[in-house]
Amino acid sequence: MYRGQSGMWSWLLHRVTGVAILLFLLVHIVDITILGFGPTVYNNALQVFATPFVRLVSLALIASVLYHSFNGVRIMLIDFWPQGVKYQGALWVGVLALTLIGFVAMGYFVMLPVFQGCPPHQCGN
Amino acid sequence: MATATKPVSQARTSRTVTVQVRVKRFQPDSGKGAYWQEFTVEADPLDRFVDVLNRIKWTQDGTLTYRRSCLHGVCGSDAMRLNGRNRLACKQLVADLGTKITAEPMLGFPVVRDLVVDMDPFFSKYEKIKPFLINDEPVPSSERLQSPEQHARFEEGTKCILCGCCTGSCPSVWANREWVGPASIVNAHRFIFDSRDRAAQDRLQILSDRTGVWRCRTIFNCSEVCPRGIPVTQLIEEVKRALVQDGPDVG
Repeated sequence: MYRGQSGMWSWLLHRVTGVAILLFLLVHIVDITILGFGPTVYNNALQVFATPFVRLVSLALIASVLYHSFNGVRIMLIDFWPQGVKYQGALWVGVLALTLIGFVAMGYFVMLPVFQGCPPHQCGN
Repeated sequence: MATATKPVSQARTSRTVTVQVRVKRFQPDSGKGAYWQEFTVEADPLDRFVDVLNRIKWTQDGTLTYRRSCLHGVCGSDAMRLNGRNRLACKQLVADLGTKITAEPMLGFPVVRDLVVDMDPFFSKYEKIKPFLINDEPVPSSERLQSPEQHARFEEGTKCILCGCCTGSCPSVWANREWVGPASIVNAHRFIFDSRDRAAQDRLQILSDRTGVWRCRTIFNCSEVCPRGIPVTQLIEEVKRALVQDGPDVG
């Protein structure tokens, strides 16, 4: 294992979250396909997203999308802004901060029904 | 009145520390594959790591193999992975490495023996970018003059000693041995941005294919390890922008 610094970890995390988003996309394609079986089947199937476990998985999706988007902007700045390379470390700290803020804010609303203790079938989405 | 000054040799002895060195060894004729071997050596904190290797080779195990030549950070022969990061053994002090040191050959290169890697693929990629001045215009009676600003545009790249530290630290190189790698791009930059050179477009063409500059994922390991302090990623990004803008912005 090579002992890289922040640049390497930012890249590795970008790759991992990219693959994770792709897997989430496949799940999304499956759930949208269920729409073809009619509204009742679709609504019943979607109840799975209200369960506490899948809500936790949604948190991973939120974290992945936020990190991947903000870091994507960082990479574009490195590529197109002549000062980007100089400030890449600071930009990464910014990416992590924005990801954390966004994650806490969105995660709060995703997990709120679980904290309020409502049963999955009445939590709604 | 004479002041009590310790002789240099005594001063060194009083500081001596015991260093444990783990070396990843590979002796192709032994048929054993790669294995770890630990050596215990006395060293001065201001010894360079190459001094420690010399002590092991000269007093403990003559079969330990590594490259070294100038021993002053100029020839670039003794690049290796020390405590997980690519370093020149002749520039790295024991004081900076600690008393437990791990030494491995660089990643991304075929290992020939112990800490010696095969640099041939590295140099053939270097040759690919035509690392020499190309200018077919009539030779002037004196030098081809250049302003300090024009020189500054490519000066960073001239510092490269072709040690391979950057190339061996690059995950894109580990993943694709065909990739031209950071050192070659740095040396291409040195000529692309030279106002006296006339082959910038040729070099940009070479670097625009699948094994060219776009395989750089801005990971920055190269910039961190360069023993000459070259901002490698910065130079690679400048070459990328020159490609997008159809040429370098040479004054």
